[in-house]
Amino acid sequence: MPKTIIDKIWDDHLVYSASGEPDLLFVDLHLIHEITTAQAFDGLRMNNRTVRHPELTLATVDHNVPTTPGRLVTDPIAKTQIETIGRNVRQFGIHFEDMFSQRQGIVHVIGPELGASQPGMVIVCGDSHTSTHGAVGALAFGIGTTEVEHVLATQTLPQKRPKTLKIEVNGELPLGTTPKDLILGIIRKIGVSGAVGHAIEYCGSTFRSLSMEGRMTVCNMSIEAGGRAGLVAPDDKTFAYLEGREYAPKGADWERALDYWRSLPSDPDAQFDRAVLMDAAEIEPFVTWGTNPGQSVPVTGRVPDPAEFDDEMVRGNAERSLKYQDLKPGTAIEDITLDKVFIGSCTNSRLEDLRLAASVVRGKKKHPHVTALVVPGSMKVKAAAEAEGLDKVFTEAGFEWREAGCSMCLGMNPDVLGPGERCASTSNRNFEGRQGPGGRTHLVSPAMAAAAAIAGHFVDVRTWS
Amino acid sequence: MKPFTKEEGLVAPYDKANVDTDEIIPAEYLKRIERTGFGQFLFYAKRFNKDGSPNPDFVLNQPRYQGASILVAGPNFGCGSSREHAPWALEDYGFRAIIAPSFADIFTNNCAQIGLLNVVLPEDRVKQILRDVEAREGYTMAIDLENQTVTDPFGHVDRFDIDPFRKHCYLNGLDAIGITLQHEDAIRKFEVQRSRRMPWLPVFSR
Repeated sequence: MPKTIIDKIWDDHLVYSASGEPDLLFVDLHLIHEITTAQAFDGLRMNNRTVRHPELTLATVDHNVPTTPGRLVTDPIAKTQIETIGRNVRQFGIHFEDMFSQRQGIVHVIGPELGASQPGMVIVCGDSHTSTHGAVGALAFGIGTTEVEHVLATQTLPQKRPKTLKIEVNGELPLGTTPKDLILGIIRKIGVSGAVGHAIEYCGSTFRSLSMEGRMTVCNMSIEAGGRAGLVAPDDKTFAYLEGREYAPKGADWERALDYWRSLPSDPDAQFDRAVLMDAAEIEPFVTWGTNPGQSVPVTGRVPDPAEFDDEMVRGNAERSLKYQDLKPGTAIEDITLDKVFIGSCTNSRLEDLRLAASVVRGKKKHPHVTALVVPGSMKVKAAAEAEGLDKVFTEAGFEWREAGCSMCLGMNPDVLGPGERCASTSNRNFEGRQGPGGRTHLVSPAMAAAAAIAGHFVDVRTWS
Repeated sequence: MKPFTKEEGLVAPYDKANVDTDEIIPAEYLKRIERTGFGQFLFYAKRFNKDGSPNPDFVLNQPRYQGASILVAGPNFGCGSSREHAPWALEDYGFRAIIAPSFADIFTNNCAQIGLLNVVLPEDRVKQILRDVEAREGYTMAIDLENQTVTDPFGHVDRFDIDPFRKHCYLNGLDAIGITLQHEDAIRKFEVQRSRRMPWLPVFSR
C-alpha cells in the first residue's frame, strides 16, 4: 500500500503495537533544555530509574539564559534552574552545550546545525517548536515533562498515530515575501486549530524551492496551526545541507544513509487524511494584529472590525484581542508605531534571516523611538554572521547585537517587553503577555521587522526604500 | 498518578476560544524546579493586578466560583507551548476536570500524565453549559468516567468519548513508564535491529 513519509517514519520506529493501545515509538534523538527537565530527572531518581540512552540525548540551555555579553545570571530562580540541568547532565552522562559553549544555542537551531537532526528520525523535545526539525525530513514533535521523563527512562514514547495533513503550495514566493509570510499565510488560511490531531507534510514546488533554513521557519510554526509535527520530505537540498556537518554520517555510512533517506518521500499515490492546496501568489508580507498567530492581515491592510466576524466566539476573541493590543478597527497596519523590534527566536534567527534583515538595515539608522534587538539563534550563527560583518551592519544602525538564546520570544529571561510596549517580532507567538506582562506583539518576517525598526512603524518592504 | 473515577463539583466558566498555555501560566513562572505549587500562578496575568492584588473582575476570583473543581472552556483549550506546568497549575489550583469542545494535542497528553481529565462535548452544548453556569449560582456537574457521562444540575446527561486505553489509565492511575517497561523485550529487540539497520544514526559523547 502506498505510504506517506509520516507513516514510513512511524512504521520504522514501532517498538510495540497492539490494537486498543497507543503505539510505542523509539526516539532517535532527545533534545533537552533547562525549562522542562528538572522535574523529569527528579522523577527518575524518585523511582530509581536511569537514563536509558544518554548517548541519544543532547542538552543545552536557551530559554532563561541572558543574552547580554558576559551572561551574568542575576535571577536566583533562573540560576538554580541552569545549575540544575548542569548537575543532571553530569549525573546521567549527557552531552551538554552549556551557556559558554561556542556551540550553544536555541535547541531547535543547534539540532540541524550540528547535523544531529537527520531525515527519517523521530525527534522529541520538551518544547512545542520541536516541529522545526521536520525541515530535514524528520518526524519531530514537542512533549511535556512527564513524557520527557518517559523518554529518558525508556527511549520510547507511547503515542497515538496522528492523522496526516498534506499542505501543498505551488509557485514562487512573490518578491518581498519570505518563508515566515508563507507560514503566517498558511495559519491564516487553516486557523490556529486547523491541524490539531494531524502531522503535516508540506509539499509542492514552493517548498522544493525553499532553502533548508526557510523550511525550518515554516515547520517551526506548525504547532501554531495546532499540528504537533510538520515536515518536508528530504531532497538533494537536504543532503547538501547535512553533508559534512559534525554529526552527519560519514563515508560508507553516508552512502547507506542516503539510500534510506531517498526512500522516505511519500509514495505518489499515498493517501492523506486531509489536504490543503494553496498558491504561493496568495502570500503577502503579513502582520499579526491580534493575540493569536492566525489573526493577521497583509501589511497594506487594516485592523479588522470584530463586527465583521459572524461566529460569536471568533468575534469575542477579536474584541478581546483588540482591547489587549490597544488597536482600533480600521487602523492601517502601516500606521502602527513600535517601541521595540526583536529579530531572533527558533523561527527566524538563522544566518539567512540575519542576512535578510541586514540587507534592509545596511547604511540606515534605527528610528530614535525604537529599541531594536538582534539575537542569533546559536553561537555558531553568531560567529558566521560576524565573519560576514553583519554584526557591524546592525550595531552601526543602532541595533543591539546579542549572545544566542530564546531572548525576547517568551518573557522568561531579562529580555522582555514592558507593560504596554509594542513590538514587531520575528518570533512565533503573539499571545497576551508572551513577550512580557502587558507587552503587545506583532509577528512579522525578518525583513519586515528590520524595516519597521528603521521607519518606526510598519512599512511594506515590497515598496519601501 | 492520581486515579480519576468520578468527580462531582462546582463548575467555573472560562468562556474563550484558543486559551493558550502562556495564559494558563506565563513563562516567568516556569523557572521553578519543583513539580508542585504552581496553582498560585494559574492565569496569573488575568487573575492578579499589576500590584499583585487579586483582580476582582477575573472569573475565578468571584466568590461564587470558589472551590470549583470543573472548568468549562471554549475550543482548542491549551494551545501553544508544551509546558506541563499548565496542567500542573490547573490541578494544583483544584481542578480535576476540564470540559471543552476541543483540546490542543500536547496539552491533552500532558493532562493524561497527571490524571486531570479532559472531557470533549459538542460546541453548542458547551455554549449552553456556559450560559447555564452564568445563570445559576452553585451550578455543579457530576462526571462519571466509567460510564463516560456528565450530568448537569437539571439531570441532563451527556455522554462523552474517550480513547479506551487512556480511560483505562485514568481509571487506574497507571504510570505510563511502568506500562512501557513491561515491553522491555520489544525495546531490546528494536535497539539491536536499529543499530544494525541504521548504523549512521548520531550518538553524543558526554
